[in-house]
Amino acid sequence: MTATATRKYETVIGLEVHLQFDTATKIFCGCANKFGETPNTLTCPVCLGLPGALPVVNAKALEYAIKVGLALNCTINPFVKFDRKNYFYPDCPKAYQISQFDLPICSNGHLMIETADGEPKKILINRAHLEEDAGKLIHDNANNCSLVDYNRTGTPLLEIVTEPDLRSAEEAYNYLQNLKLTLQYLNVSDCDMEKGSLRCDANISIRLIGETKLGTKTELKNMNSFKAVKAGLEHEINRHEAALESGQTIVQETRL
Amino acid sequence: MELNKLTAHELLDLIKNKKATPQEILGSVHEQIEKSEKDVKAYVRINENTVVATASDERSVPIPIGIKDNMCILDQETTCSSKILKGFKAPYNATVIDKLKKSGALLIGNTNMDEFAMGSSTENSCYGTTHNPWKLDCVPGGSSGGSAAAVAANEAIWAIGSDTGGSIRQPASFCGVVGMKPTYGRVSRYGLIAFASSLDQIGPITKDVADSALLLNIIAGYDERDSTSVDMPVPDYTQALENNVKGLKIGIPKEYFVEGLDPEVKDAVMTAIEVLKKQGATFEEVSLPHTDYGIATYYITATSEASSNLARYDGVQYGIRELAKKTRKSPLLDMYDETRAVGFGAEVKRRIMLGTYSLSSGYYDAYYLKGLKVRTLIKNDFDKLFADFDAIIGPTSPTTAFKIGDRVNDPLSMYLSDIYTVSANLSGIPAISLPCGFSKEKLPIGLHIMTKPFAEEMLFRIAYTYEQNTQWHKQRVEL
Ligand SMILES: [Zn+2]
Repeated sequence: MTATATRKYETVIGLEVHLQFDTATKIFCGCANKFGETPNTLTCPVCLGLPGALPVVNAKALEYAIKVGLALNCTINPFVKFDRKNYFYPDCPKAYQISQFDLPICSNGHLMIETADGEPKKILINRAHLEEDAGKLIHDNANNCSLVDYNRTGTPLLEIVTEPDLRSAEEAYNYLQNLKLTLQYLNVSDCDMEKGSLRCDANISIRLIGETKLGTKTELKNMNSFKAVKAGLEHEINRHEAALESGQTIVQETRL
Repeated sequence: MELNKLTAHELLDLIKNKKATPQEILGSVHEQIEKSEKDVKAYVRINENTVVATASDERSVPIPIGIKDNMCILDQETTCSSKILKGFKAPYNATVIDKLKKSGALLIGNTNMDEFAMGSSTENSCYGTTHNPWKLDCVPGGSSGGSAAAVAANEAIWAIGSDTGGSIRQPASFCGVVGMKPTYGRVSRYGLIAFASSLDQIGPITKDVADSALLLNIIAGYDERDSTSVDMPVPDYTQALENNVKGLKIGIPKEYFVEGLDPEVKDAVMTAIEVLKKQGATFEEVSLPHTDYGIATYYITATSEASSNLARYDGVQYGIRELAKKTRKSPLLDMYDETRAVGFGAEVKRRIMLGTYSLSSGYYDAYYLKGLKVRTLIKNDFDKLFADFDAIIGPTSPTTAFKIGDRVNDPLSMYLSDIYTVSANLSGIPAISLPCGFSKEKLPIGLHIMTKPFAEEMLFRIAYTYEQNTQWHKQRVEL
């Protein structure tokens, strides 16, 4: 990162963290919620999305979500609703994910971090909502086919979404560290990024200092450590700056 | 004595007094099937080896029953009369099936229906049309047309149907039997293959009101596997069978007696009202001002929910899978397209398209959300009336059964046959259709009664009183 560029441009980052809860059972059925078992042994009509099966929400998952919400200074909404996010993909057996759209369980929270100058900074949390995890596709290239493991389908997830309040890769890193510490203290998840218990997506854009409109963003997905998040963000900041400096426009994209 | 023409409560008396055995009853039903099923086509699958369990206790109800083909039965094929589900065998029982099996019920087979319960004539079935036992060139109504026709043809003593907009009551009306839709949440929907989840409800189709109460006793109740089932005690509905409507106040909505109502149907309903008047009920003209919006609200709500509920039929896990001969988009997307193109019938495709449109961004507020709001207005109409009235009465359907093929190419006229029944689903209230006469063409006419939520006992009481003072429920088809 060049010193001149940092003065000219401001970085804007928002983070979405997906947290798997380690409840004994899945979010809408009684199947065991475990990692690393033989494929398709932890399934039932509900999490397989079979015709006629109906979801019943796991009280423990609600309790964990409320715990996290309170720790993140959120409003816990007395009336919540689940919605369907419709999409076709083999890892989603009902062809919709049960999630929360307009009435999430937690909203308007914040988490304190430290800036590079050692100053405390409040990062606003827009919402934290409950949803179900999808299954896992395994591509068998030798036999030219894809297989689906539904063991993960229905694992309780809490998606924690910040406002675009983070101003550098380092702030993003600090936020993630503090968030993880908080979550581990609450004992609701093992927060193991390798196993996918904690996953992070980032939205990054830059703009001229003083500009109030957001720049065109890049979405970064599937990063498997906080260091990778930081490195990925730094790379994107440099790429955006170089592009704007040479008069190019940024194209909105998702990078995996 | 033809056992198959008797009601379940009559047969239970015979069993109790050792004058008939469950085997004999089952035999007489199978004999009838042998004789008339080729003309009626009520069933899509008949169980050859229905096991008669040895009666375990007094509550045992070993009565032959038909099950609509949209309820999951362990290890048996369930298809919703759709090609897309051919070969699908559920690894579990619907709660209603569990309850029936526990009661000793004899499951004769799965009855025909409009594909995924979308239709009012049982013509939209991948197995072909079911015929009305009273007049074979007429439809039996729908979507539970197979269940209603099986009971009317004495090919089942009673049957189970599901009702999303009138799918139990309208075919019951067309086939001259009793069809009842319980309050939303009274009967578990677990294992009922969803059409429109906020409207679907399972209910009994029987030869008389006493059987309706008896069958509801068996299937009703809270189920922890269905979050929308209500945790309230289930009364013994047979205790509500009282021949007495003295002092009851019943409303006649003026919006139900307008253009489009067949004069013969109107006359039969007005005559039925006179019967109840004589028994001491008082009647008053009332208004349900949002009646006109019922059909539109229903079709927006139901198709929206259906488009999401039916998205899972994609060829991945169960049912049929069709692959493209030549890659167009990608092997995966082509499989989705082909499977759904081949697997769904025209009416199901039409409704998936309507629903997808209503739910799509940009149209959601104008259609689905607006629909939900109108639904509340319709419910408010009923809530207001039920503050003063014990029940609301009218015709079940504006006409008697129409000819097979007559409305196939005119979906709108088909949709209008549900005009009186959809409101009960939109507002979640219980309703019953019972025979109240015949047209000149010898086609049955249905009387429709609605009460407030969880007032099934009031519904049965009024219906039973009507029945005790008339003979329509004793009519049987000769086939
Ligand atoms: Zn499960």
